[in-house]
Amino acid sequence: MALDVFAPWDDPNAKPLIQFQNVTKRFGDFTAIDDLTVDIFEKEFFALLGPSGCGKTTMMRMLAGFETPTEGKILLAGQDIGAVPPNKRAVNMMFQSYALFPHLSIWENIAFGLKRDKMPKDQIGERVEEMLRLTRLEKFARRKPHQISGGQRQRVALARSLAKAPKLLLLDEPLGALDKKLRQETQFELMDIQETTGTTFVIVTHDQEEAMTVASRVAVMDHGKIIQVSTPDVIYEAPNSTYVADFIGDVNLISGKADPQGDKLHMHWAEGQPAVVGSPLDGATKGQDVHYAIRPEKVSISAEKPENAANAIQGEVHDIAYLGNISTYHVQLPGGQIIKAQSANNRRISRRAFTWEDKVWLSWTDTAGVFLER
Amino acid sequence: MRRMTWFNVTSLTLGFAFLYLPMLILIIFSFNESKLVTVWAGFSTKWYGEVLRNTAFLDAAWVTIKVAFLSSCLATVLGTMAAIVMVRAGRFRGRTVFSGMIYAPMVMPEVITGLSLLLLFISLGMDRGVFTIVLAHTTFAMCYVSVVVSSRLVSFDQSLEEAALDLGCSPVQAFRLVTLPIIAPAVISGWLLAFTLSLDDLVIASFTSGPSATTLPMKIWSSVRLGVSPEINALSTIMILVVAIGVITASLINKRNVVRQQREEAAAEKLA
Repeated sequence: MALDVFAPWDDPNAKPLIQFQNVTKRFGDFTAIDDLTVDIFEKEFFALLGPSGCGKTTMMRMLAGFETPTEGKILLAGQDIGAVPPNKRAVNMMFQSYALFPHLSIWENIAFGLKRDKMPKDQIGERVEEMLRLTRLEKFARRKPHQISGGQRQRVALARSLAKAPKLLLLDEPLGALDKKLRQETQFELMDIQETTGTTFVIVTHDQEEAMTVASRVAVMDHGKIIQVSTPDVIYEAPNSTYVADFIGDVNLISGKADPQGDKLHMHWAEGQPAVVGSPLDGATKGQDVHYAIRPEKVSISAEKPENAANAIQGEVHDIAYLGNISTYHVQLPGGQIIKAQSANNRRISRRAFTWEDKVWLSWTDTAGVFLER
Repeated sequence: MRRMTWFNVTSLTLGFAFLYLPMLILIIFSFNESKLVTVWAGFSTKWYGEVLRNTAFLDAAWVTIKVAFLSSCLATVLGTMAAIVMVRAGRFRGRTVFSGMIYAPMVMPEVITGLSLLLLFISLGMDRGVFTIVLAHTTFAMCYVSVVVSSRLVSFDQSLEEAALDLGCSPVQAFRLVTLPIIAPAVISGWLLAFTLSLDDLVIASFTSGPSATTLPMKIWSSVRLGVSPEINALSTIMILVVAIGVITASLINKRNVVRQQREEAAAEKLA
């Protein structure tokens, strides 16, 4: 049975909606975007993820038309939009501050863009009502922006930017101002709305959990470059660098010297410790510096040395973090390095098997982690 | 609230007495029956009637109002434009010099402003009259307007204007439909400030006016040199009233907006 998966980026015939072609943007001496090339496809929910100052907001502002590239081209549906001013683009943006017009009511805020298009009055009314229904704001149509709560303002901003049915919707840290619970609810709402309207969304965020939740693909950025673009699961399970591995989720990183042996790669990382064994890294030669990344939840913790484990290291429990659903053990190895291991608390109020300063064994399979070159 | 100590009470009383006692005396004596300014001879409003029948005063008042209206409108347009450039344009070459020069007329002695304008008008061969006073008042009032408007613009979220552009406005539409309505209270209070400044200016008007145009402050000044009359007191009282209304309205417009916004935000908190 062939599952119909949405993955236009794997289809060589698919036409991208947006193409960045060797785009560079400089502000004076500062290079915000550095020779960046990426394709974004129709109906995608594309997340730009990175620390502040990595260039993700600049990329978005170039899409909206508030900045023009210093070099390179940006194509929207095959057309160069470099010189098109923001008011002539089929692109709308939801601002981080929401930027709702304080002197207009919610209804007028949503109708603002439609009126600029000289849409007939009755059609404007219909479209605004539709947007109000979509974002469940019918009751607040006559209110002013400062008479509603933060979560409602966020929905007004979304309704306003969707009202013109843009080809592309840009969302700049859309949930940054909401508290955690509301943020999680809103993430699912956003995904629903994206699916219902079929609009292409590009979201900028520094919250990796948010990017992983909502996006079809995530681009991890650093210093004006895209380090990796892929689906959330690939980004998480097969990062291409320690930067990505470290930025997304929790990770243990061990550095050492490569030693290819048959169809496995061994890594010597400390005197008197067994080598780490894992799937090979393309082109790794003996003695090369490599890094090993393994997620804490893939490391098992036990009192006795497990039999047949590909990797097993003894250490001492240094710290325990109880998080309710899981516990994270910080285990100190003889060399002083700390390895994090997570175990799920799947029984209620069960006695903890280990406590501080217990000797424990950490083990994992030979496919649990990945070797990285940089 | 902190309790008022005797020290606070005394300094408050002395301060206000220092500021307002002269005006209070002027207002009281404007209701004096007697022709002699300093001798009280009973309450009367007859001098107000005299003022309203004095055509020389009325003509001067008309000139003053014309000048104040025209110059404050011009100053508001120019001052608002200057404020937008100062706040928005970011760093351009000579920004510091420009911003310093905008505020210079505020600290420049009026005599110098007046004299330099007079020399300019003479060298351009302009006939001095209402028009030259309007130009002169515009130059010094616009810096006050730009101070008031730019203090509002600093707290104006620029993404509002970007949102307007994003939703299909041309830059001009974005200014007219979004920026202007939001900064309107500051623009209006700037206009009122410019109006009152023009209304009571004597020095610059004296330098730049010609024989055909006499403003009210100039008229008062010249009649006082022949001796203070109760009529002048009455006229001055009317001017105090007009200026006070202007200044109070300007500050109330600003204040009311702040209060209303706070109240509505408080209401929104309750709903959330």
